[in-house]
Amino acid sequence: MRRDTRPPWLPKSWNGVGAAGACLVLLAVLVGACGRDGQPDRLVVFAATSLRDAFTTMSGPFEGAHPGVKVQFNFAGTQQLRTQLEHGATPDVFASADARHMDALVAARLLFDPVIFAENEPVVVVSTEAAGLVQSFEDLPKADRVVLGTADVPIGRYTNQMLAKADATLGPGFRARVEAKVISRELNVRQVLAKVSLGEAQAGIVYRTDARSAGARVTTVAIPPELNVTASYPIAVAVGAPNPDLARAWIDFVLSDAGQRLLRAAGFTTPDTAGPP
Amino acid sequence: MSGRIRAERTAIRTLGGVLVAFLVLPLVALVVTTSFVDFEQGLSHPLVWPALRLSLLTTTISLAITVALGTPLAWALANTKSRWSHAVETLSQLPIVIPPAVAGIALLFAFGSRGLLSSENSSLTGSTAAVVIAQVFVSAPFFIQAATSAFRHVNPKLVVVARTFGARPLRVFFRIAIPLAAPGLVAGAALAWARALGEFGATLMFAGNLEGQTQTLPLAIYTAMEADMRAAQALAIVLVVVAFALLLFVRATMRRSLSAEGRA
Repeated sequence: MRRDTRPPWLPKSWNGVGAAGACLVLLAVLVGACGRDGQPDRLVVFAATSLRDAFTTMSGPFEGAHPGVKVQFNFAGTQQLRTQLEHGATPDVFASADARHMDALVAARLLFDPVIFAENEPVVVVSTEAAGLVQSFEDLPKADRVVLGTADVPIGRYTNQMLAKADATLGPGFRARVEAKVISRELNVRQVLAKVSLGEAQAGIVYRTDARSAGARVTTVAIPPELNVTASYPIAVAVGAPNPDLARAWIDFVLSDAGQRLLRAAGFTTPDTAGPP
Repeated sequence: MSGRIRAERTAIRTLGGVLVAFLVLPLVALVVTTSFVDFEQGLSHPLVWPALRLSLLTTTISLAITVALGTPLAWALANTKSRWSHAVETLSQLPIVIPPAVAGIALLFAFGSRGLLSSENSSLTGSTAAVVIAQVFVSAPFFIQAATSAFRHVNPKLVVVARTFGARPLRVFFRIAIPLAAPGLVAGAALAWARALGEFGATLMFAGNLEGQTQTLPLAIYTAMEADMRAAQALAIVLVVVAFALLLFVRATMRRSLSAEGRA
């Protein structure tokens, strides 16, 4: 008699074909379970990295006002989020750190009805070691190691605009003297902040909101208004959003008094409170 | 009954086929979704050539460091059987299993401005040297592993014979051990080179991202995603082709060494 070598927990009717079929079914179920359709209580928000603190704080009161709803964030560089949207990601809401990417996505019919909900301005952050070295925007070339954003991310583009203006007012060559000190061009603004707050770089240019979130690990140097630029933050509902109603509710909340107050607390200026141009 | 056997065989192959399809599909997609014109234009993006040059330079240096220091280490590890050598071997393989992001942070805390080995006025972060350090850190373990295994397959009798004829340890190492283990050493070096070429996370976090200075091919791909997807895709295809060629080379080398062992 042939000895049965099968483990005792296996059913007697077990056979290879059945097992293979079962594996395939299981696989299909697992992959299917990873899809996110049919979840009425989940709001997916794609947002620029600089919104991390403000939006995370806002999710608390929003979830309180909408019981059972869970807000999920994907924070990344605006351009990275745009790439994800262009490759088929369908969040409910997209909040951008610059109008250009938003316009492109609206033109591509991936988003609709954008509205500006906040404004931000670039500042210089200086590491604690170099606080004495860089005390004004004009001191920026005195830093040995400077980190900026790449020209393709919003903060990098704003930085380039400012440096171009500075060339006109602070004397030609200012931009070149700064660029000679650049040791890295980061792909999102939080990486710039991280390099400065770790002391790997002595100075960098980030948004005021980022500088505020770093607290005492960096010192903040304002950029003269005549050189500075204003970053506008538009927000919009995604075409094909799984939860368009919740998406609208989120945008309404961001634009509400409570939402705008939380944004100001994070260091943003809001369109109503922004001073005259 | 034979129908039954065939069905079961088909079942096994179907399951395996699903995985193979999954592994190959993304690479096929990478190639078929581009056109020759896009590929050409992608390669002419200004990010591409500085990154290619920098990658070649840094991986050559990191490979030289890895081989120069790793070969003696592997020979020593293959010839000692103490608890210490086991510990050293395990430690030297640790970078293989730790995530690249961890490597990046760890390197910052070791060599960064405020790191253990930092000095007052100089910082490695942002320099090409930092790229090489990151590459050696993540790739040397692959070489050490392959080289140690190759040295363990060197016939110990040959070493004993050489020693009885008066050959000193360095002579045994260079004239006996290295030639006999050569295929394994070459394969290990190729693997380490591939890993160094692909190094991304630790470089981005520790070295930075500056064209011509720290922006290697993988970082250029990441940066190009922000600017021009075609350039990212073109670079990705170049890296796939290089990696595939390298894999074929390693497999051929290993097969030759195995068949040579079989004849011996």
